[in-house]
Amino acid sequence: MSEAKEPVELLRTPVELAYTYSAGQSASRFLRGIAVGKLLGQKCPVDGRVYFPSRGSCPQHGMPFTGETLELTDKGTLVTYAIVRVPSENIPLELPYISAQVLLDGADTVLMHLLKAKLEDVHMGMRVKATWRPRSEWTTSVGNILYFEATGEPDALYESYKEHI
Amino acid sequence: MPAQPKLEPALTAPHKLAYTYKRSLGPVLSRFFTALRDKKILGVRRSDGSVMVPPKEYDPDTSEALTELVPVADSGVVTSWAWVHEPRAKQPLTRPFAYALIRLDGADTKLLHVVDAGRESAMKTGMRVRARWAEQPSGAITDIQAFVPVA
Repeated sequence: MSEAKEPVELLRTPVELAYTYSAGQSASRFLRGIAVGKLLGQKCPVDGRVYFPSRGSCPQHGMPFTGETLELTDKGTLVTYAIVRVPSENIPLELPYISAQVLLDGADTVLMHLLKAKLEDVHMGMRVKATWRPRSEWTTSVGNILYFEATGEPDALYESYKEHI
Repeated sequence: MPAQPKLEPALTAPHKLAYTYKRSLGPVLSRFFTALRDKKILGVRRSDGSVMVPPKEYDPDTSEALTELVPVADSGVVTSWAWVHEPRAKQPLTRPFAYALIRLDGADTKLLHVVDAGRESAMKTGMRVRARWAEQPSGAITDIQAFVPVA
């Protein structure tokens, strides 16, 4: 018999779902690119907008992209950001850190990543550049970029990124 | 149409999604699970005199609050069942078993639980079963390891 006298008031009901995630053709191509340090985007055949990372088709026109990719630079503009004060796993920065939306030069969609900067320095329009992990640690992961850091260049004009906020 | 690009297999990766939920039982289910820890099963009596197992806090027809918990037997009758040929990792038993609806003696509703019958041919609607209790009950539905056929 149980010796416990306290009534049972709580029930543990853990839920665990073990998936095998498939990246699909388009994201796989992107991930194979980043595994060798290349940032691959795709161009919409209708209006020429550059999607990065690409999902394989244009969400605006519903057009499938061809297999063709274009390589982007690892520099861009901080479009918007959030300061995170709650810990989560697999973040290579100390709290508080900056969750950043970066518009890479030449891209028309933003990449969500991390920014390493002093909180008092971070601002919209800041020019940033990727800081990569050592090449020996690269895998098929966007985590090959550790975070973005300020380049020190003059800020981008608001007009150049306003539609991405 | 442009020529289709040559396709490489898509990349895949394991992805585990887990939530460590704890739920508060409330007054009625708290007593049900506390009783399980003492190897007893409680039902709740409705105003028409019928007994629901597992108990509910409110009458599903009249919505009135229910508070009268009454003991029922730990044996009863299988009213429906489905055989599990290949149990999965998180299922209650590691060998083939039946999920079954069991109307315990003294109850008017059926409890979903497990019958450890060994083989499918030992299962029959209307068969009698009895709870096999865990040696160290903790106040969970798994304190009943399984129901077993009564010879």
